[in-house]
Amino acid sequence: MNSNLFIIIISSAIFYGTPLFFAALGGILTERGGVLNLGVEGTMLIGAVAGAWGSQHVGGSSWMTITMAIVIGMLAGGLVSTLLAFLCITLKVNQTVAGLAITIFAGTVGLSSYFAKTWGVSESPVTRQIRKLDVLGLADTPILGPIFFNQNILTYLSWILCVASSIYLFRSRFGLHLRAVGESPATADAMGINVTRYRYLHTIFGGALAGAGGVFYSLAIVPNWVDGMTAGAGWIAIALVIFGFWRPGLTLVGAYLFGALQSLSSTLKARNVSISGDLLNALPFFMTIVVLVLVSSRFAHRRLGAPAALGVPYEREER
Amino acid sequence: MKRTNKKFAPMLLTVAIAIGLVACGDDDGGSSSSEAPSTDAPAGEVRSSAYVPTGDPMDYFTAWEELPAEAGGLDSSPVIDCAPEEGPLKAAWIYVGPINDGGWTQVHDEARMAVQEHFGDAIETTYKELVPEGPQALQTIEDLIADGNTVIFGTSFGFQDQFIEAAAAHPDVCFEFATGYKSAPNVSQFYGAAEDTDFLTGMAAGAASATGKLGLVSSFSFAEVVRGVNAWTLGAQVMNPDATVKVLFIQSWFDPAEERKAAEALLAEGVDVLGQKGVDSPSTGDVAKENGIPWAGYNKDQSANYPEVWLTATAYDWSVYQIPRLQQVLDGTWVAGNYYGTLKDGFVKLGKYGALVSEQTFAAIEARLVELAEAPGSEFTGPIVDNQGNEVLADGVSHTYAELMSMAYLVAGVEGEL
Repeated sequence: MNSNLFIIIISSAIFYGTPLFFAALGGILTERGGVLNLGVEGTMLIGAVAGAWGSQHVGGSSWMTITMAIVIGMLAGGLVSTLLAFLCITLKVNQTVAGLAITIFAGTVGLSSYFAKTWGVSESPVTRQIRKLDVLGLADTPILGPIFFNQNILTYLSWILCVASSIYLFRSRFGLHLRAVGESPATADAMGINVTRYRYLHTIFGGALAGAGGVFYSLAIVPNWVDGMTAGAGWIAIALVIFGFWRPGLTLVGAYLFGALQSLSSTLKARNVSISGDLLNALPFFMTIVVLVLVSSRFAHRRLGAPAALGVPYEREER
Repeated sequence: MKRTNKKFAPMLLTVAIAIGLVACGDDDGGSSSSEAPSTDAPAGEVRSSAYVPTGDPMDYFTAWEELPAEAGGLDSSPVIDCAPEEGPLKAAWIYVGPINDGGWTQVHDEARMAVQEHFGDAIETTYKELVPEGPQALQTIEDLIADGNTVIFGTSFGFQDQFIEAAAAHPDVCFEFATGYKSAPNVSQFYGAAEDTDFLTGMAAGAASATGKLGLVSSFSFAEVVRGVNAWTLGAQVMNPDATVKVLFIQSWFDPAEERKAAEALLAEGVDVLGQKGVDSPSTGDVAKENGIPWAGYNKDQSANYPEVWLTATAYDWSVYQIPRLQQVLDGTWVAGNYYGTLKDGFVKLGKYGALVSEQTFAAIEARLVELAEAPGSEFTGPIVDNQGNEVLADGVSHTYAELMSMAYLVAGVEGEL
């Protein structure tokens, strides 16, 4: 085992940061379109239970099972956020309330636990899990090996998604339209952009990414279904969106920073450095507050801040 | 908080001292001193212990009225008739975790099912899982009593106060509480000598380590857990006198993600064998499996799910106690008291020995198992020094039952603090 503390912290930061990034990237896409999704925590749990179910019921090769489990988890996440989209976009209900309702409805001791029971996910352990890969046989390379070549498939997928979504958001016409919808839906509408369709699609895809984050918990971290297993990761993801200024690259860095905090207390305790785990768990939220205070008090606010129409339902008649 | 024990000295006290003094003489001789080199080859197959428990569980049960006051004794512990006039006896179990936790709660639920199977139509069992420790447990108890349950089993230390409170309000209901210490005319306490099997598990772990650096994921620094950590370490040192055990307390009974992080952190510190005590999920085993290092579990035999890395584990059979006790309810002879089961009556046992356990280690553990079945707690026989360098037990001296129940030190070789 590589016992360099620095390497351990970085490689576990990437591991524990990956599900946070998935959920946060989903949040970015959703919020860039002007929809606030506070249902991430519940969506992740649904994704987690669906992914665990998938791993138990899809046969075939190990790769097949894992791929399908991830797809099933994403579909489930997408389905939950379709409900949110319907509430927020079509029915135009208060987005904060709708999101909270989704989290409570789908979350711990809610729908996710119910599915776990009725589908029998609770009864047997997952047989196949998402394992760390040894990419190109380089996992044992000093320093770079554990960090870059010994992660699992979802982590590599997240890196691809990070680049792809950055290009999509800032270099493509669709991304431009999406941002327009989030900044000023009335203007976008006047330009002929279908506001409702953009919001629906990105909210649903955002939920699917949260579902993938949930699958990471039930097939990689634990790996098994446990009620309430995401333990607040959804909320951290929502904080991350703000922390990363609605930008995938910055959010990835933030996710790894917050991911590092998740395992830091164990790592330090094993090194005989005593530090409160509860305090470390509170740090992501504290740091988010600090960032919020900084950006809101500076001129940077307008360029880095939230999409202007975030959380506001779009009603054509209001113009 | 669940399952911790406190000081009180039932019948085992005298037995432990009497037999312990005899048994401790064997400590440096006999089979256990074979000091198997850790290099002898793994057996390559899974085996079960040859030991067959023959003891009567009720030999390890004492009514409260026969115990001294400092051990929870009461002036009287009358027969409580909690069997219904007609229809099946309804008994309920209250769990802190999910029934699929792969450990503590799952094993409790397996006992419940064994009870159900044993009694058939005579008893109707039910359970509540994921009940939070603390005041909420009282509501759960009340609901179960309202549903007609007249025997209530509690399986987590943090339910204890609610059990005592409910017992006072329902004097005609029989309460059975695992891992507590408080007494009432209609509340029994039951647990057993897991430290003995923890010691044997530690032997397997010590023999499996090439470097002598072992890691143990643990829950709380309560006496019950500390006893297990110490016994595990002493066991490892039987097979490898220089073995050190790095222990991390995660402050939770069941938190798979935290258990994983602790196991990873231990691995990063260079341990080459992982174990667990007091934590209920097999997450530690998952980390061991991913990294291909031997794993000693807890609560439950996991040799089938983790064949590549499995050593052995402390396993519980709660039904050993529950079946005769429920029979007493049906017979109208149930009285409240204290039970501390042993290897001999089969309350605690070892899981299967994994393929990594060598023939030599297997033989050494089996021999020691027989000794511990006759003399529970005798692994704590001096000389024992704590990890601060203070002598805890002089040569040949053993702990009393009360001392075992209130253990608050870590033996030399444990890296960690309470």
